[in-house]
Amino acid sequence: MTATKTARELVEGVPDPEMPWVTLGDLGIVREVTTGPGESVRVALTPTYLGCPAIEAMRTDVAEALTAQGYRVEGVELRLDPPWTSAAITERGRQKLAEVGIAPPHLTENADMHVSGTHSSTPLSLGVRCPHCGGIETALLSRFGASPCQELRRCSSCGEPFPAVRS
Amino acid sequence: MSNARALTALTKTLKPLDGYALALGDDALISSHRLSEWLTYAPDLEEEVALANIALDQLGQARHLLGFAGRSSGLSEDELAYQRVDREYRNSLLAELPNGDFAHTILRLFFFSTYQRLLYAGLTASADGELAAFAAKAAVEVGYHHEYAVSWTLRLGDGTEESHDRAAAALAELWPYTAELFAVDEDVAALAAEGLVPDPESLAGPWSEQVGTVLAQATLGTAPSGTWRPSGGRAGLHTEALGYLLAEMQSVHRAHPGATW
Repeated sequence: MTATKTARELVEGVPDPEMPWVTLGDLGIVREVTTGPGESVRVALTPTYLGCPAIEAMRTDVAEALTAQGYRVEGVELRLDPPWTSAAITERGRQKLAEVGIAPPHLTENADMHVSGTHSSTPLSLGVRCPHCGGIETALLSRFGASPCQELRRCSSCGEPFPAVRS
Repeated sequence: MSNARALTALTKTLKPLDGYALALGDDALISSHRLSEWLTYAPDLEEEVALANIALDQLGQARHLLGFAGRSSGLSEDELAYQRVDREYRNSLLAELPNGDFAHTILRLFFFSTYQRLLYAGLTASADGELAAFAAKAAVEVGYHHEYAVSWTLRLGDGTEESHDRAAAALAELWPYTAELFAVDEDVAALAAEGLVPDPESLAGPWSEQVGTVLAQATLGTAPSGTWRPSGGRAGLHTEALGYLLAEMQSVHRAHPGATW
């Protein structure tokens, strides 16, 4: 048992319920961990998407991880400000996602997408790299994928479809 | 149930900003439910996944808005979603109309997401920090819904003869209901004057312009003329369809009130 782990380390080490290869810390959704007298802890998380169905599981998992190490959890709240974007995913998180075949988000500034005359501000992930062969020519199959924060793409080089984290 | 009567009284006396959030939340909740009715019926798997994800995003928005709306009155999001009757719902009529065919759903989503995108963008400037933070997140989500709806509006309108006719029929049916989205009542006008919410009338111009551009490109022509512009949803006066929707949506909660698992 690593009793020396801080509350923050424990919270950041909790695996994501939908993408268990990465942790909450990797995803950049841990906003604040405050410890008080008597091993009390308050945690603030931010959801990737407002309707993210995993958020309830995250709150339970965080509370359990802390309680198991003797902390007294006073609350796990949601904080929306500032909103999460995929740029919050850490370098380690990006590497781990790529290892399991999920393309991490493109890091450069998102170009505006042009939908038929309307000036949409929806971010377009240009140049998402294929997590299988590393090819840079990939095409969007669907904006919507297996979870609210993923989209479905296909690699033009190796032909494999793959999920990618969207903005 | 005395609890139900107390709830009715409370929803009538909500503070204006809470009432506003409730109306927006009801729009998202009812629209989400209509989209979820497509599960196992969508034309193909990609559309199924897309419509389900959009419904989920809207449900997430509804949860935050209902939670916000009920907090100062001690009402939970579940009480607001599952224990109100149709006269206590404040969604626009557009959200509750029965689904019809795929073109009907796409045109409604196109109108609705164009509106929500402008609305949430405006709401990010709200003097209420919590609503502003919510809107910043919701605006990104709605951007994806809008992109999806626009791409399908173009494909259906400028597609085959049948897809064009179905899209045109959906346009004719839905168009009159869009006016209600931009209606202003006393409460909303006061909130807008305080900088808490965007003035709905100020959204109408950009909305018409953006919608018109896409309709023209989709070879669906210009917006229908006509002066019949039904409204009443914001005041709790709904179409027959909402009662049936709520009966289904609330059935489990009403059969097992307070159940948890």
